[in-house]
Amino acid sequence: MIYAGIDIGSITAKAALIENNQLKATHMVFTGYNPAAAGRQVFDELLMQTGISANAVNKVVATGYGRASVDFAHKTLTEIICHGTGAHFLNPGVRGVIDVGGQDSKAILLDAHGHVQNFAMNDKCAAGTGRFLEVMAQALQIPLDQMGEISLGAENPVKISSICTVFAESEVISMIARQKDRRDIAAGIHRSAALRVASLAGKIHLAPPVVMTGGVAKNKGMVQALEDYLGYGIQVGTVPQENGAVGAAVLASGT
Amino acid sequence: MTRTIDRENTKIAAAKKMRDIMTTYYLDALSAFQNNRQVAWITSGGPVEPLVAMDIIPVYPENHGAMIGSAKMGEELCSKAEEMGYCADLCAYARADIGCSVAKGGPIGGLPKPDMLICCNNICGTVLKWYEVQARYYGVPLFILDTPVCHTGFFPETAAYVKAQITEYIGFLETVTKRKLDMDRLNQVGHLSFEGQKLWQQVLRTTAHKPSPMSAFDAFFFLALIVTLRGTTTAVDFYRELLAEMNDRIAKGISVVPDEQYRLLWDNLPVWHRLKWLSKKFSDHKACLVADTYTSAWCGAIQYIDPDNFLDSIAQAYTRIYLNIGIDQMADQVLDMIRFYDVNGLVMHSNRSCKPYSFGQMDIMHIVHKKTGIPVLMLEADMVDPRSFSESQMDTRIDAFMEIILQRGTTLKG
Repeated sequence: MIYAGIDIGSITAKAALIENNQLKATHMVFTGYNPAAAGRQVFDELLMQTGISANAVNKVVATGYGRASVDFAHKTLTEIICHGTGAHFLNPGVRGVIDVGGQDSKAILLDAHGHVQNFAMNDKCAAGTGRFLEVMAQALQIPLDQMGEISLGAENPVKISSICTVFAESEVISMIARQKDRRDIAAGIHRSAALRVASLAGKIHLAPPVVMTGGVAKNKGMVQALEDYLGYGIQVGTVPQENGAVGAAVLASGT
Repeated sequence: MTRTIDRENTKIAAAKKMRDIMTTYYLDALSAFQNNRQVAWITSGGPVEPLVAMDIIPVYPENHGAMIGSAKMGEELCSKAEEMGYCADLCAYARADIGCSVAKGGPIGGLPKPDMLICCNNICGTVLKWYEVQARYYGVPLFILDTPVCHTGFFPETAAYVKAQITEYIGFLETVTKRKLDMDRLNQVGHLSFEGQKLWQQVLRTTAHKPSPMSAFDAFFFLALIVTLRGTTTAVDFYRELLAEMNDRIAKGISVVPDEQYRLLWDNLPVWHRLKWLSKKFSDHKACLVADTYTSAWCGAIQYIDPDNFLDSIAQAYTRIYLNIGIDQMADQVLDMIRFYDVNGLVMHSNRSCKPYSFGQMDIMHIVHKKTGIPVLMLEADMVDPRSFSESQMDTRIDAFMEIILQRGTTLKG
């Protein structure tokens, strides 16, 4: 039996296939301006990669902000339940998930069965999200995927006090003007975003073992900053960004 | 077609009557000056009975604020106040009311000019400054009734302190109106107030029935009379009729949410500008918000009222209301409601406007979680200001919350 999960996020669209209760493959494309087309594309490309025909897929569950636009899905579910399920499927011992995506960040508390007990999400604000980091990387003129690595070399991380992304960007620009070390600024940016995310985890009393998912989990600087605030280590799996799609596929198999 | 018929069946007949009563009430208030009657603006939790007994028309800026929210005029009027220099972090009722006084706008063209202001701080501290601002603006006398927060209980010192102010309050009214308060009339009004609150409580308790004959969204609407016309026969007669209609719906098995599967409890004020959207959102999940901590506040201190010794008992009744007690006691009330209404989840509106209501919600959430294990959802919004509402975020949170309830398998039996 083959099941698929499609996760349409604000920046990327992810797809995952589960065959006989094993993760078979995942794939990712940019969402762009047309989430419906991105959903179709990520699914088609994944099928092509794996040589599986669409007819062989028993069920599809869509999740993420663009979930309603996936017209070939049998069901839609929110990313909260999908991330919880995906994390439990890939790592059954896990009791908490910190998911930081493009436009939102969330903390999810799980029970031993991988069922969601509680969750907290960022309010109407980009602070503590992937978008925040993207804006800051632009201001620093460094590629987003290198910002984590660069920040690890910081000696004196700067303090960014503005919560608002726009004001934080001005703060960063003024630090650049004052010729502050780029590594220190990058580390300060991660600390600022991590503090927001850590407060979500605190709200629902998240406790280890905790796994981090979402695109931002690939940023080592952010993971480290989060660990510093939380006071415990967090795990990052092999497919953090596709975790929601994996969970959607798992839930497709159970429906 | 079936859907349309269902909707027709679920409509509550008393709604039309209530709209008519509220229209008459506001027309009376707006024409008070022509009819040589006086108008007092009063906070929603203030002791209104002496006003009614002295034939002064009580007008509630907070009820007006709710109307502004429902009419989706909150942003415009709040912006007006912000333009005047009031901070956007202030309560939206206060901002909308201040904005409305100056703009003379709003859904009914503004409230009638007050002859006096009565401010009781049992519901919040913002009202003190808000009413001072309005007293200066309209150049009218202001009476402040200070009800200390009862963190752990109600003590003789508090009782004496509030009682002394109730006496001063009556003296204030007699000075402003140049008339004496008729104690027999006050006792009559006291009985009617007590009776109205009892009936309101009975109406709210009908929702313990499965399926529920009405929802919190209906309670938010029907609340207006117990707030504005408390102490009158109009309110008593109306709630008696509404109670009969609810019992009739129960007898006929009419539910407000078709095929009710889940029962939820709401905490905090409503999101007035999104009632329809929220109601549909929950209803689409076959979930009924059967009760709320907000509308029950207008009958929550009923056990302290002695209708035969009304004046003496209201010091305690008006001090020990939901928003003026300790967090532990608030949590106890929430837990009682969870059990009484047998709900599957708690939805907490973290209301940017209402600090005293929203402060402590995290603690209550954890207490509820620990003691009942039911899922708790926290929604960030504002009762009047739509700028604090994000539809897509709400959508995802509510969907996720309902998925959690479904996953837990806490569906109703049978």
